[in-house]
Amino acid sequence: MLHFLSLHAAELINLCASLILLIAFAMLAQRKILALINLFAAQGLMLCVSTVLVAFVSGQAHLYWSALLTLVLKVLLLPWILHRLIRKLNVKWDVETLFNVSTTMIVGIVLVILAFNLVQPVSQLAGAVTKSTLGIALASVLLAFLMMITRSKAVPQVVGFLAMENGLVLAATGATHGMPMVIEFGIALDVLVGVLILGVFFFQIRERFDSLDTRHLEKLKET
Amino acid sequence: MGEMTFLLASPLVGAVVLALFGHRRYAAEVNVAFSALTLVAAAVLTEKVIEDGPAILLWEQFFVDSLNVFLVALTAFVAMTTSLFSRPYMRIEHAHGKVTDAGLRLYHSMYQMFSFTMLVVLTTNNLGIMWVALEAATLTTVLLIALYRTHASLEAAWKYFILCGVGIAQALFGTILVYFTSEKILGPGVGALLWTHLDAVKGQLEPTVMSLAFVFLMVGYGTKVGLVPLHNWLPDAHAEGPTPISAVLSGLLLNVALYALIRFKVITDGALLAASDGGIPFASRLMMGFGLLSVVVAACFLSRQKDIKRMFAYSSIEHMGLITFAFGMGGPVASFAGLLHMTLHSLTKSAIFFAVGHAAQKAGTQMMDEIRGLMQINPTVGWGLMLGTAAILGMPPFGVFASEFLILTTAIAQQPWAAPILLFALGVSFAAIFGKVQPMVFGETTAKRLPHPPALVPVFTHLSLVLMLGLYTPPYLADWYRQAARLIG
Repeated sequence: MLHFLSLHAAELINLCASLILLIAFAMLAQRKILALINLFAAQGLMLCVSTVLVAFVSGQAHLYWSALLTLVLKVLLLPWILHRLIRKLNVKWDVETLFNVSTTMIVGIVLVILAFNLVQPVSQLAGAVTKSTLGIALASVLLAFLMMITRSKAVPQVVGFLAMENGLVLAATGATHGMPMVIEFGIALDVLVGVLILGVFFFQIRERFDSLDTRHLEKLKET
Repeated sequence: MGEMTFLLASPLVGAVVLALFGHRRYAAEVNVAFSALTLVAAAVLTEKVIEDGPAILLWEQFFVDSLNVFLVALTAFVAMTTSLFSRPYMRIEHAHGKVTDAGLRLYHSMYQMFSFTMLVVLTTNNLGIMWVALEAATLTTVLLIALYRTHASLEAAWKYFILCGVGIAQALFGTILVYFTSEKILGPGVGALLWTHLDAVKGQLEPTVMSLAFVFLMVGYGTKVGLVPLHNWLPDAHAEGPTPISAVLSGLLLNVALYALIRFKVITDGALLAASDGGIPFASRLMMGFGLLSVVVAACFLSRQKDIKRMFAYSSIEHMGLITFAFGMGGPVASFAGLLHMTLHSLTKSAIFFAVGHAAQKAGTQMMDEIRGLMQINPTVGWGLMLGTAAILGMPPFGVFASEFLILTTAIAQQPWAAPILLFALGVSFAAIFGKVQPMVFGETTAKRLPHPPALVPVFTHLSLVLMLGLYTPPYLADWYRQAARLIG
């Protein structure tokens, strides 16, 4: 098993990275809030697996901690918080009407190509194991960004925000064998506090508007 | 070392204490006391840096040199005067029933937490921690902007969170790219993200990676500076939150975000020096472009504003653009002028927000059409607003005139194409702001008295400092700016 891992680690890391990108596309098209959160958890799991693989190949022990952090935060804690939130807010079975999914997909593909071209000169400097992950990471960041733009409900926007963070962690583990642990903890803390604040915020928005549709939040405009 | 610990511990302890007792009767005084303690620590630290030169502290995780210590002093000072202003202001809001006890507790605690995060951004040597602290600064203010829970304030806070969150994610990607190239030279670990280490080896950093990283950092931290076209959150956040928060957002947070950008610019310039062909460095070009665009666009939006806090928020975008442009031009004179303008803008803009806060409370609205005759009901608020406006518009005896004059003359010498654009924008904003403030200050009114006397000491303290800097810059201060300008290059 270990022998197999060390032989094919690079392919497996690439496989995980590609799955992360694929999930990013799936999120873009997913209309059910519940399924969206599950997709986010799956993306976190892939991220965790790829971090473990990078840790195994590079021998960087602190990456195991980073993987554990991803597992606890992205796969267990945040999805749990989000599940609780949507249950309390009674939006568990909400289905969003999305604006033209096929156009969004084409824009997404263009973004992926753009991301790969952008990091081309940088990827060449990366180690052999992680050559293509930087491009995939930037692509998933951009796709998450696109998701935030196209969604009008508050919870999917936040899932987009968190998926963006997944892409950034992939960039950090893929390209640099992980940021120092202090910083990973700091980032994780910020993300957690951010989600908790948003949780409070959802209730305030709902209390005021009877809905979590952020289209209500478009009054402040330049006239 | 003791001062450094004290500087960071004071607001942190303050945040915890006020989280428990922030709604009690003397909470506002406690808030002032903690801010004053922070100011004392900042003053001692500044004194030390002036005497002994730059210092690296606490296992290399923190460092102070003339560039950041000047911002530490400014931040601690404005945070202190704003806490003085917030004392009667928040009492009046409480008396008007706009904030609850729980809201007040949150407000006081987060006020201290916000000071803490800004001081960490300014003093940390670790570029990763800098990102974490700047994101934390966003998080602490999100709930404060939504404090009144009105439709508009919730919307402003949501926009602020999402836009700054997205922006700052780009900055994290930039930071990762910097680490990507630096760990090849400095080896993996925390050392590769320490600014002092990076600064020492900046010539060896891979230029292509650094320039790509700087683009992401410019977009990311530029969002927080409020540079056009990433400025959409800024007017809403300033207009809808409590006025003391508008004052610290405008006077301090924008500076702190710009500081983060400047630190990266120094490294990027160093990395690209070998690759450049003697023309304008890449990072400078980017900063000049964003800066100039912000000045022009903000000036054009000024005349269309109806809400007084929104108008001054646009004026902040304009001034941050001007400062970014100055740092982009680079060189000793422009960087000197940029630093001077940073100081003066902080002092003047927070003074204006203090006066505006009380004026809006008196009139019961932030709409400029309905605020009239400040001179008649409360001459000191009226004079505060009038003089503050004169100062921010760069009228001669005030310091802003000197810094804007320096920036313009340097632009004429170094970037002659930009000078007419800058002059035009400054002219447009002068006409817009002056035309709107004048009828508010003079004219007839029927407004009632406020339940608590307004705090006017901070307004006039700031304005007299601005006036003093216009007439006379103390030699040690000038030295200090010169040293900091040399660091920026």
